[in-house]
Amino acid sequence: MKRNASLLARMAPLGLLALIPLLAASPGEPGKKASPGVSPWADKAEKPPSSTADHSKFKILQQDFPDGPSVTKACLTCHTEAAKQIMKTSHWTWICPKARREMGLLKDGHDVPYGKAEFIINNFCISLPSNEPRCTSCHAGYGWADKTFDFKNQYLVDCLVCHDQTGKYKKFPAGAGHPVYKKDYPNGREWPPKSGKMMPPVDLGASARSVGKPTRRNCGTCHFFGGGGEGVKHGDMDMTLLEPGRTLDVHMEAKGLNFRCQKCHTTKDHKIAGRCFEIPAYKERDFVIRGLEANLLACESCHGKAPHKYQKINDHTDKVSCQACHIPTLAREHPTKMWWDWSKAGKPMNGKKVIEGEVKGRKVHTFHIKKGEFIWAMDEPPEYLWYNGTMRFTLMGDKVDDTKTAEEVCIYGHGKFDKLDPKKPMVRINWCETGYDDPKARIYPVKIHRGKQPYDPVNKTLVVPKLFPCGPDKKDAFWKSFDWGKAITAGMRYVDQPYSGKYKFIQTCMIWPLDHMVAPKEMALSCTECHAGNGRLAKLKGFYMPGRDKSSLVDGIGLIMVLLALVGSLGHGLLRLVFRAKG
Amino acid sequence: MAKKKIRLYKRFERFWHWVQALLVILLALTGFDIHYHLGIFGYRQAVELHGTFAWAFVILVVFAVFWHFTTGEWRQYIPQWSQVPAMIRYYTSGIFKGEPHPTKKTEISKLNPLQRLAYAGLKIVIIPVMVVSGFLYYYYNDWPSLGIHLKLGSVAKIHTFFAFLFVAFLVGHLYLTTTGETIFSNIKAMITGWEEVEEEEAEG
Repeated sequence: MKRNASLLARMAPLGLLALIPLLAASPGEPGKKASPGVSPWADKAEKPPSSTADHSKFKILQQDFPDGPSVTKACLTCHTEAAKQIMKTSHWTWICPKARREMGLLKDGHDVPYGKAEFIINNFCISLPSNEPRCTSCHAGYGWADKTFDFKNQYLVDCLVCHDQTGKYKKFPAGAGHPVYKKDYPNGREWPPKSGKMMPPVDLGASARSVGKPTRRNCGTCHFFGGGGEGVKHGDMDMTLLEPGRTLDVHMEAKGLNFRCQKCHTTKDHKIAGRCFEIPAYKERDFVIRGLEANLLACESCHGKAPHKYQKINDHTDKVSCQACHIPTLAREHPTKMWWDWSKAGKPMNGKKVIEGEVKGRKVHTFHIKKGEFIWAMDEPPEYLWYNGTMRFTLMGDKVDDTKTAEEVCIYGHGKFDKLDPKKPMVRINWCETGYDDPKARIYPVKIHRGKQPYDPVNKTLVVPKLFPCGPDKKDAFWKSFDWGKAITAGMRYVDQPYSGKYKFIQTCMIWPLDHMVAPKEMALSCTECHAGNGRLAKLKGFYMPGRDKSSLVDGIGLIMVLLALVGSLGHGLLRLVFRAKG
Repeated sequence: MAKKKIRLYKRFERFWHWVQALLVILLALTGFDIHYHLGIFGYRQAVELHGTFAWAFVILVVFAVFWHFTTGEWRQYIPQWSQVPAMIRYYTSGIFKGEPHPTKKTEISKLNPLQRLAYAGLKIVIIPVMVVSGFLYYYYNDWPSLGIHLKLGSVAKIHTFFAFLFVAFLVGHLYLTTTGETIFSNIKAMITGWEEVEEEEAEG
């Protein structure tokens, strides 16, 4: 930190300050606001992404492909290394190569890498194993239906999901990564089940001939729908980012800068920069000179460390993330899920299998017999905590402490956005092991998804229930049997984990840092959103913050001193008057 | 008894006094606006102004210190302990009975023994503590590079406590200006520089 130089620079105005014009505005007064028009930096080359190859003219693509792998086969005739590159990435493995955790229970004390594919448990649809065909509809591959999936078969890589530019290529939601094929379902395939709605077969030829660099739509196909529905998981990613307006995302504004995802999530050999469970998205919060290996994920990569005109605001950047002030609310235009109570699933609520509700004029499910009870939020202040880019996870097989109440693990409820009981036990799905004293930690806006999910009270582990009916244990799946005992037994058998046969529901919470939907500067939080007694940081203890914290002792004695001076003066004066009158 | 006018406060002295008064009041207003959200300036404006006023105050202090030492005026603050009991007696009883002030105002001794103590305390304790704690507070981000290991809360609490003390001082100070020959004679002297004193036994 080159603070000495900046200190000198900041003390320089000393010489300029005259004694008399004391009431002149502070030199830090920001200038007038920039006009909200199109930024001169808008990179027009981003739309449409340019290329030296027009795939619609390629001979090999002039055909009606029967299925996905046959398209990939055609792609690989030219792009010989593409599949090999993809196979090294977490988009393919669903394992974070560097995230390793000692898991005594699972691998005899050895560190093992983990990810969605293995060991991760969340509080949405809980876990992937035994539910593959549904979950892997977001896998960049074809046919991951169970443990037997061949991760070495290049033809199973799905090129189209990321490169299709027709906008019509869609994977079937329960098709293990396959879209609907004409050869299997000439009239389309029904989704959701028993809805009577048909998903039409995709035109693989047209899709193959359209390919180009991925757009927000390609990434969004999966990432806007994490958790099985739009905006369910992330509090900062949903369909609204396809064509965002300026107030939703100042960088992605369709008529403005129009950034694609890769502008920050830089790519190399099909590897896309980003956070991966415990591995931070970036190492240093530094300005990045283009062309270097470092990715551009930190805001500082482009904006530097002192982007504000007023130095006192720059002074915040050692402890406050950019996101904290510049993402004023989560899920700004479409709702995101805040509470998911699995214990309510399996039986109708108020005689209904599905209950619809409304959040700020947008329809949401507040109950579904298959999934339980939900609470959603839209355009609401997030929660804030210390975050240094790394999060720890409670993994499959990890012992959980089911005696500590939510209060004791410092996870309070978020008002009307959950039904958390602070007096009842709470297990953290993930957590940030950091705080005020960590120089890498910043106050960060997060969405915390709370809920209730099944666990094994004897083995003290979070359990993996088989939810989706597939494979030999089809009948036991919760969405078929509505029997938690059977579903958990089947799930735990699938992942080869001990299960006592007893289950209970326990409160859990999962942290989702907010990084997207950065608002324009005029929407940034004002000082008193946090510098106030009951402000946004009221719960973040352990450090002194002006305007929020005060010592009742200091203030008490102080006020008494001033009061004594006043009373003494008035009394003395009164006595003088009285004696003068007597005179 | 004959009266004469003496030039008690020189031009710089009066300038310094009133600018300091103004700055102290503005610093208190902005400071307590930040602390208690009084809504006088608004938080951000108060923070910005507090910083500006603080710098102006420091510049003034530098000039004032220079002035005190080059003119030898600092001697005005040397305590006169022996006369303190007489002053206390005066303020607790004499003043009510119309007794004359126990000390005399002259050019070389314009402060009474209690003023000497109070102002010396202000200049040696309260103002330095306020300035040092204030600048530590403001430049909190530079602590690591300056090798300072303190808790922000402690610095803030000291700054706040002395701010209260300063306000209490101000209240007492304002009241005591009314104890001159007439209610406004002391303030008038501080403005014009001239004060009417009695040849033999002066009041004030």
